[in-house]
Amino acid sequence: MVKLATPEQAAVKKATRAAFGATLAELADAGVPVVAVDADLTGSTTLNKFAAAKPEYADRLFNCGIAEQNMIDVAAGLALTGKIAYTGSFAVFGTGRAYDQIRNTVCYSNLNVKIAPTHAGVSVGPDGGSHQMLEDVSLMRGLPGMRVLVPADYAAARAALKLAAETPGPVYVRMGRANVPCVYDDDVELEIGKAYVLREGSDVTIVANGVEIREALAAAEALAAEGVSAEVIDAFCVKPLDEETILASVAKTGRAVVAEEHSVIGGLGSAVAELLAAKQPAPCEFVGVRDRFGKSGEFEELLAYFDLDSASIVEAVKKVMAR
Amino acid sequence: MDLAGKANELRVDIVRMIAEAGSGHPGGSLSCTDILTALYFGGVMNHNPEDPKMEGRDWLFLCKGHAAPALYAVLAHAGYFPVDELMSLRKLGTRLQGHPDSSMVPGVEVSTGSLGQGLSIAAGVAAGLKLDGAEGTCFAILGDGECEEGQVWEAAMFAAHRGLDNIVAIVDNNGLQIDGKITDVCNPEDLGAKFEAFGWTVDHVDGHDIDALIALLNELKAARDGKPHAVVAATVKGKGVSFMENQAGWHGKAPNAEQLAAALAELSAAE
Repeated sequence: MVKLATPEQAAVKKATRAAFGATLAELADAGVPVVAVDADLTGSTTLNKFAAAKPEYADRLFNCGIAEQNMIDVAAGLALTGKIAYTGSFAVFGTGRAYDQIRNTVCYSNLNVKIAPTHAGVSVGPDGGSHQMLEDVSLMRGLPGMRVLVPADYAAARAALKLAAETPGPVYVRMGRANVPCVYDDDVELEIGKAYVLREGSDVTIVANGVEIREALAAAEALAAEGVSAEVIDAFCVKPLDEETILASVAKTGRAVVAEEHSVIGGLGSAVAELLAAKQPAPCEFVGVRDRFGKSGEFEELLAYFDLDSASIVEAVKKVMAR
Repeated sequence: MDLAGKANELRVDIVRMIAEAGSGHPGGSLSCTDILTALYFGGVMNHNPEDPKMEGRDWLFLCKGHAAPALYAVLAHAGYFPVDELMSLRKLGTRLQGHPDSSMVPGVEVSTGSLGQGLSIAAGVAAGLKLDGAEGTCFAILGDGECEEGQVWEAAMFAAHRGLDNIVAIVDNNGLQIDGKITDVCNPEDLGAKFEAFGWTVDHVDGHDIDALIALLNELKAARDGKPHAVVAATVKGKGVSFMENQAGWHGKAPNAEQLAAALAELSAAE
């Protein structure tokens, strides 16, 4: 069983992005040849914290200015010289603006580049739809060789960033802007290709990741009060997906709800649907943004507005139970 | 054999392999053949076919990846893989993909083919070498049409900003792209002036004068003056095969049997 947050740890709210600079400094301290490449957002991504951690780390942060395509390919070049290169920027620019660079250089040449943008999903809030990236998991999941990680909290983001360093080749780590409660123990370690059962249940399987983990856990709590036993699985690794854990759970419950702070097209929901359709057909419902762009608003407001909150998951569970 | 003879030999293989494949890009391959000859056979690049990843080597980035036949011919003749293999170009199961795939071909530093990315990759390598205090110069060959890609100028800005004087970017300035003259399609104007404005040193050279290329490239390789180096090489698309010369139509078309025979007759007469 994966280590979960103590009540003291769970009371702390932190953004997943806050792990970025701090974890790279930690890796550098351990002698891992990490470098970072950003595009004028080093404060927002927290990569400035990596550069500031030790005087010699300043040389290991490459600021490309507002030029994301160059950012990805500079990282590719650094990787060719033996570095483990992490790229920053916001998810919307760090993936979509530079998709061809990620595809044709990073993935096609199988380079040791970690695409790790922040401000994914609606967590960027008031900046609005232009900045709320809801298609990045879909874009990255389709790339041959790309591993896709969507950590739920600060500790999981730290673990995912470390995991990316240990995993040769391209890895995508999706981080957000919003402060979210800690789910995992501060020193949690995660594995590529693993999903984690955070709460056991017998009536329905809720597969979630990222900030939807806390919504899923809250939904499970609310459902328990109504006599529905929900199993909650953190599929932080969207690709490769932990088929065994998900299939075993659905074999027990017979139905699934998938929740993600992402479009319902192409992300975790699609991955789970593909798995179940091929290996173990079962009714599914999907909680996510429904083929539309984001909107300005505060993060918590947007979760409710786009039907991503725990109440929406409860509703989806009731729907799937009725099928 | 002198270097002009070597270049001619490479051109023979380039047109033969494209004809055998039935598709490919002869025009831009023939325009950069002399540049590649100068780099690999003129003693400019420190490279080792026995150890393609040799520490301290010079790096070559074929930003205009569609000129793969020229790169493959050079690498094969330099000993990176058997010359016989050239005739497998573009066929199912070959290492010699339509555009260079670094996971397959020894001597190819990185996969290219999507235009506009190579100079950024070269800049990343150059920055990595600087960080390590390592030897090596990054040579990048760009198309002039390729310079219509905005990313080229993102890379130009970055390389100059960081003083990456271990980069030599050579623009294969043949004046043509698929749809016609670059000045007609979407004129990028004076490429040398652009690099200069970004803070690069800029030289102009006849891209078919191998001796001049060697002298200039050696000089730029030695110049550690805080600025990246651009070379605008005046070239002829399709160089060496008269009916392909300066014809945009030969950008991406294979010669048929008759055309191949005519091309080979011309090239062998030039030997």
